Amino acid sequence: MSNRTVAAVSTPLAVGGIGVVRISGDDAVNIAAKVFKSVSGRDISEMKGYTACFGRVFDSSGEFDEAVLTVFRAPKSYTGEDVAEISCHGGVYLVKRLLRAVLDNGAYPAGAGEFTKRAFLNGKISLTQAEAVGDMLKVQSDYAARAALSLHDGVLFKEISEVKNKLVEISGHLCAWVDYPDEEIEEISLDEISDTLYMAKDRLSKLIGSFDSGKMMREGVDTAIVGRPNAGKSTLMNLMAGAQRSIVTQIEGTTRDVVEEVVRLGDLILNVADTAGLRETDDVVEKIGVELARKKMEQSQLVLAVFDSSDTLNDFEYSLIDELKDRTAVAIINKIDLEQKIDVDYLKQHFKYVVQISANSKDSLEALTETITEAMGFNFADPNAAMLANERQKKCADTALTACSQAIECLESGFTLDAVTVCITDAIECLGELTGESAAESVIDEVFSKFCVGK
Amino acid sequence: MNLYQKNGIKGYEAQEYDVAVIGAGHAGIEAALACARLGVKTVIFTMSLDAIGNMPCNPSIGGTAKGHLVREIDALGGEMGKAADATFIQSRMLNKGKGPAVHSLRVQADRERYHVYMKRALERQENLDVKQAEIIDILTDDGKIEAVVTHLGAVHKVKAAIICSGTFLKGKIFVGDINYMSGPDGMHAAMRLSDELEKNGIKLRRFKTGTPARVHRRSIDFSVLEEQPGDEPVVPFSFQTKEKLENRSTCFVAYTNEKTHELIRENMHRSAMYSGEIEGVGPRYCPSIEDKVRRFADKPRHQIFVEPMGLETEEIYLQGISTSLPEDVQIDMYRTIKGLEHVELMRNAYAIEYDCCDPLDLKASLEFKAVKGLFGAGQFNGTSGYEEAAAQGLIAGINAAHLILGKAPFILDRASSYIGTLIDDLVTKGCSDPYRMMTSRSEYRLILRQDNADERLTPKGHEIGLISDEIFEDFLKKQELKNSEIERLEKTSVSPSEKLNEMLVSRGTAPMTTGAKLADLIRRPQISYDDLTEFDVSRPEIPSDVAQQAEIAIKYEGYIKKQLAQVEQMRKMEQKLLPENIDYASITGLRLEAREKLQRVRPLNIGQASRISGVSPADISVLLIYLESHKL
Repeated sequence: MSNRTVAAVSTPLAVGGIGVVRISGDDAVNIAAKVFKSVSGRDISEMKGYTACFGRVFDSSGEFDEAVLTVFRAPKSYTGEDVAEISCHGGVYLVKRLLRAVLDNGAYPAGAGEFTKRAFLNGKISLTQAEAVGDMLKVQSDYAARAALSLHDGVLFKEISEVKNKLVEISGHLCAWVDYPDEEIEEISLDEISDTLYMAKDRLSKLIGSFDSGKMMREGVDTAIVGRPNAGKSTLMNLMAGAQRSIVTQIEGTTRDVVEEVVRLGDLILNVADTAGLRETDDVVEKIGVELARKKMEQSQLVLAVFDSSDTLNDFEYSLIDELKDRTAVAIINKIDLEQKIDVDYLKQHFKYVVQISANSKDSLEALTETITEAMGFNFADPNAAMLANERQKKCADTALTACSQAIECLESGFTLDAVTVCITDAIECLGELTGESAAESVIDEVFSKFCVGK
Repeated sequence: MNLYQKNGIKGYEAQEYDVAVIGAGHAGIEAALACARLGVKTVIFTMSLDAIGNMPCNPSIGGTAKGHLVREIDALGGEMGKAADATFIQSRMLNKGKGPAVHSLRVQADRERYHVYMKRALERQENLDVKQAEIIDILTDDGKIEAVVTHLGAVHKVKAAIICSGTFLKGKIFVGDINYMSGPDGMHAAMRLSDELEKNGIKLRRFKTGTPARVHRRSIDFSVLEEQPGDEPVVPFSFQTKEKLENRSTCFVAYTNEKTHELIRENMHRSAMYSGEIEGVGPRYCPSIEDKVRRFADKPRHQIFVEPMGLETEEIYLQGISTSLPEDVQIDMYRTIKGLEHVELMRNAYAIEYDCCDPLDLKASLEFKAVKGLFGAGQFNGTSGYEEAAAQGLIAGINAAHLILGKAPFILDRASSYIGTLIDDLVTKGCSDPYRMMTSRSEYRLILRQDNADERLTPKGHEIGLISDEIFEDFLKKQELKNSEIERLEKTSVSPSEKLNEMLVSRGTAPMTTGAKLADLIRRPQISYDDLTEFDVSRPEIPSDVAQQAEIAIKYEGYIKKQLAQVEQMRKMEQKLLPENIDYASITGLRLEAREKLQRVRPLNIGQASRISGVSPADISVLLIYLESHKL
């Protein structure tokens, strides 16, 4: 059943201008005809590839939206199969209703990445392309778009190759030394091995770190707003949300006392959780809210700690400040339009990033954006630097990093070099998987090109 | 069968066999013995009975990774290890101190006695006929081997044939600008079989190898050479060798110098290597001295090992200085070397070029995909080295016998052995120059050690029928002994004492404050099993090899476990079988190169497919998706 017709919503399920349901497979156009009626009375099933048609979508309860149907005919479509794309008005409800209608008329729900998988199987795109496309679709800001492009340019490939080649060099030397014990092969110094391994470890760690920031770029930074009650958390939330109202989503079903919004702040996408005010309380319901707030704070990648500048710091805030000392956090000193009582110096000593604003004023947005961007370090990250793009690549890098660490451990604890070599080979193997080369071959080539060995 | 008549030869119907082995070198010997021992009626043909088990190049068995192969051959029930133990004159364990994974046994063999031993082993073998004849043709019917034909017209019907032709097929020797058709050591080349193989769809290509000169012992001044004695005690190759072995000879080391290199550079144009006449591809790991001097111009000297050819000969082999320079230059060149100023050549150095197959045309059983019942082994398959040859001979022999007995092919995977790695490399990646085994070719080095070859392979050898019940019993006892020693070391504690701490500190490790298990002390890389002898009061009397295995198992436990986890993962991939009739050309998601390679190699499973050069991880994903979506 590989060629069954599948459908899915292919735009993010969010409030937006339009939402697209894509149907792919032999029956794509026929199914589209069962949910879409042309205004001009055109016969949908006769539509040629690369043509579009205006009409209305309907289900068993009747018409529910205006829409545009675009038809692509195999093999000239994204998936290489017949494809029908119905664009209706955005919004979770309408798009879901349309998808439901399509599925009711014989389409199967598409699995995650199924369109790309089909495109790939039909020879429309290569795996690396498939991976990059997947990321491209997720790109939500210019910043992320730039990072996704650098994959195509081979920056990642170059970085991985460089690390790998260094490892191949020492591995080749070790192998020559082992495989040709009677030749006069200079013994490789343990320092040299160690230096190379630390270098590899360092560069891989950076890459892996960049993956996390890359992911944040694409998927947003999980952000928690914390602070005592009435510090101005909700006002801050509104300020940020108001900045880019059109892409802000109110996520349904959020737990009581934690309100989540997706906001855009400059180049950043923040998944912001506005939490209950932190304080000791005996109220059972409020207690639950406070616990949730703490949990959110612990799980978030960025903490925005809001302080009321018109009051002095209380014990609760002192302990909060202490809790945040190893976190990526910004101290937001709110209500600067009021009389200042807060110890600003204390906050500046304990937070690397401090911004003083008045959440009521839209003018504060610029300073806020600047400080948060700086805190996330994206200001300093070169968007054109090598970056791991997806989980598969990250897994390879992770495994390579672990292998390097094991090699170091093995070397430093005084094990024989055969065990060290095995760890290094593992690392090369993983990196080779990323660049598509075989480890064993590259090491052997190294042996024969660098060393004069043989009877 | 119609009477054979071809190229002026009138055939006659000769004796029928199950298996014919063509060639009695290191591959042929193991192949023939394996077949005969498994009960199939076998004949082995050789150009000369006096060249059975000949060593036309260096008189040595083993070495890095090659020593592993010999141990594995022995563990499976092959002959090479026993022959080496019986005829060696000097033994060394290489790579001591570099870790147990790469310990490698290497011996100098007595070339003549090795030949005598092997000839007799063949002669005494039940079910095996030994014949001096050149095989000039194979007869096939419907893609299946039917018969082999000798140069005198004997047509032997066979069910299987194993080609172990070494360097004989259209062998051509090069010395400077002189070249002629010849096999090694004065034997004639096999000129006719190649064409007949090609007519049967076996593609052939030219490979090349070289050998240095043999010189007279009395013309060498040993007083100025470095001696390189054997190691004591001698570790045997064969797990069944119980008697104590002794070194009986010694080797020496000499060095080339700037004068040597200058002479070579001046005469480079006269080397056959650079005349453009040699079309064969030479081995990278075995460069001629011309090659070494040219490619590594800044190296001030190259080592030469001066190795006796045997106890009853004055011939000396000069390892490390093979050449295809003209004979006069050879003499001058060797004489530039300190200690060899008056050296007298007995056999000149030469390069030899020969026909061999492309191993990508072979299945993992070493049977040709194109001709059922036709197998290849040894140099004919594109490898180099006696040990590599013997390993393939053994596997080809077992599989030829299995074919006749109706049993499934015997295939060793990469995690089981260097033999498995060797064959997988050959049939999956092919080779573009003569293939030599190296420890770096195995990703499972820590578990594929020479010390545990029996643990890895003897149960398999027993199952096949090449290891007798009696030997297997011995093996099981050894395993039990090892396991109970590991258990004892894990359980037994020692308390800290001044003396023990003194020893620990002297080895550069921390003193103990509380009691510790013996195994935990052994886990310290700096502390050996022997270091603990006097502190381990309950230690039983066990053979040293058993103790060593117990020690390695404990010390390297973490790394061994890690490798075993990788093995498991690899075996999972090997279990995803690719159907035999899959049409890779029709899978459009595959890149063109991958389609072609997969169509050519026709891997058995996803694991093998992933090792084909030119098949990327992306292609493997396509295959996996393809298998999934077609529910294959």
